[in-house]
Amino acid sequence: MLFSDYQVKRDAARCINCEVCVRQCAFEVHSTDADTGTVESDSSKCVSCLRCATLCPTQAITIDKNELQVRGENNWSTRTLKNIWKQAETGGVLLTAMGTDRNFKIIWDHLLIDAAQVTNPSIDPLREPMELRTYLGSKPSRIEFVRERSTYRATTVIRPQLQLRTPIMFGAMSYGAISLNACRALAQAAQELGTYCNTGEGGLHRSLYPYAASTIVQVASGRFGVTTEYLNAGAAIEIKVGQGAKPGIGGHLPGKKVTEDISRTRMIPVGSDAISPAPHHDIYSIEELAQLIGALKEATGHAKPISVKIAAVHNSAAIASGIARAGADIIAIDGVRGGTGAAPTRTRDNVGIPIELALAAVDARLREEGIRSRVSVVAAGGFTNAADVLKAIALGADAVYLGSAALAAMGCHQCQKCYSGKCNWGIATQDPYLVKRLNPDIATRRLVNLVRAWSHEIQELLGGLGINAIESVRGNRLRLRGFDLHEHELKLLDVKQAGESL
Amino acid sequence: MKKIFFREEYCMACRLCEIHCLTEHSRSKKILKAYKEEFPQALPRLVVEQKGIGSFALQCRHCSEAPCLAACSSGAMQRDADGHVLCNTDKCAGCWMCVMVCPFGVIRRDTTGQTVAAKCDLCPDRDEPACVAACPNEALVYCHATVPAPAAGAGTKAGKGRRR
Repeated sequence: MLFSDYQVKRDAARCINCEVCVRQCAFEVHSTDADTGTVESDSSKCVSCLRCATLCPTQAITIDKNELQVRGENNWSTRTLKNIWKQAETGGVLLTAMGTDRNFKIIWDHLLIDAAQVTNPSIDPLREPMELRTYLGSKPSRIEFVRERSTYRATTVIRPQLQLRTPIMFGAMSYGAISLNACRALAQAAQELGTYCNTGEGGLHRSLYPYAASTIVQVASGRFGVTTEYLNAGAAIEIKVGQGAKPGIGGHLPGKKVTEDISRTRMIPVGSDAISPAPHHDIYSIEELAQLIGALKEATGHAKPISVKIAAVHNSAAIASGIARAGADIIAIDGVRGGTGAAPTRTRDNVGIPIELALAAVDARLREEGIRSRVSVVAAGGFTNAADVLKAIALGADAVYLGSAALAAMGCHQCQKCYSGKCNWGIATQDPYLVKRLNPDIATRRLVNLVRAWSHEIQELLGGLGINAIESVRGNRLRLRGFDLHEHELKLLDVKQAGESL
Repeated sequence: MKKIFFREEYCMACRLCEIHCLTEHSRSKKILKAYKEEFPQALPRLVVEQKGIGSFALQCRHCSEAPCLAACSSGAMQRDADGHVLCNTDKCAGCWMCVMVCPFGVIRRDTTGQTVAAKCDLCPDRDEPACVAACPNEALVYCHATVPAPAAGAGTKAGKGRRR
């Protein structure tokens, strides 16, 4: 028995007993008393997704954190004790979802961006062209030419590239973890924005093949939905090794969610658990990763860039170096604040390192070894605004993946109950009654708006820097300053302290 | 002719359309007053049909061959220049023949004041009907009919937009 996390407060003076809340809550918090016809709420079931409060036509509902707290000291907070009580009752691993909500220091918030003043002019992005176009893929370290009479012809073969209109992509979220309507919205938005979404490990639904040219198809340890057609349909292929929210562990889509459509897409029986093993059972070394990369390239006629996604862990820099040498075109790194549809709480909250540090370390290592141009680096895991994106690019990223921010644009209120399958916003659910709530056309519009807004903001910031192309800020750590960071953090980030000049 | 269309695949049966329709047709047009102070309560002019996970909001279809027009003995039910079927409540005698013949069951008996037939009037005081504006999932859309409405009876001018 646990006392409730939240308190649902209903203002009787405003409630018109219209039952919108009753119908909207999949957790069955609200109900109507059969005798009186009045609507009442059971706070113990509330997850604070705020669906009812948002849709209530008279704003009669507020949801507060339950102020009832245990009397323990800092070490024995209500949350800590509730977890213990839960485990004492179930004997199980605690499950959660979305990115960690621990109060980790966000280094982005301690990095400040430079601006041009007097000695170099700033640029007005509304009046002058501002280039955000980004190419992801392996770049040659030099370009060779042959002279043909009066002209020159480049003989260097450029490996396949992804062209992005803005350095923002949608991160891997599988059909299964999220609804088909959500997948469709991401795909439509990616196509409209000239960027890419990512299938995650759930395969590509038949109805989404028209968007395949804007889709990065993932090959994960479960190999769900991987066929030659799938590999060749996508714009690029991503080998998923790890995920920021749960480095070192696999995935588990409960059989309950494996509907007929998902079964067909993932190529597994209806109702069977979709279990992604923790490791790829054919990758136990960089050499074996190179074999898989080679196999995927062969399967697609060397026409698609191959990405390898890893979680940001302690040894990311060396691993990234290995991945680059294994022939990958893109390395995606997912930091500790990255989201998930389901993860053990302890893993989500304790495993991995922040993306800021991992990114800085990887970029520095690849440059040190002279192989930075061989791969593009994509950063992921907790990007919350456009400034974060620009800072990541200044730290060395080529582009970023948005996961949680994209979900938020579609309506996610971060209740962290994705694993329950009862998402009241129609995103992380396969219940057809709930899936209907996400109109993919609205969600597409909102995703497009979000990325456009961020792109405009990036252009504004670039203009302030006096830079007219995102290329010129890439890895340009001199335009960042650290504020309120330890000396060692500054050293790792290779960023000067605010107040220090060149 | 602009009409309200429903998209069943996005209707989530929240019934906000119904609530806002009722409010729009109340005396005060204020939701709290409409529900808590004005009795008898105003009537919503639409019905939300629901079976299992399927649902949609239905209001007057403004049929090209409208049985209610034919059945109305007092001449209250009329088609306006835009092709919309509207009830002139001053003329309505409350005989309920329209209620009987409506194939969609979207005409209701309004006995709150003078006994009249209540049906969707496309919210003449608003740019967009209240139900459409209130739908959080755009499951109701207010747009021109894809097929131009036939000029049944009255001299209909197609494509002139909604009556103001």
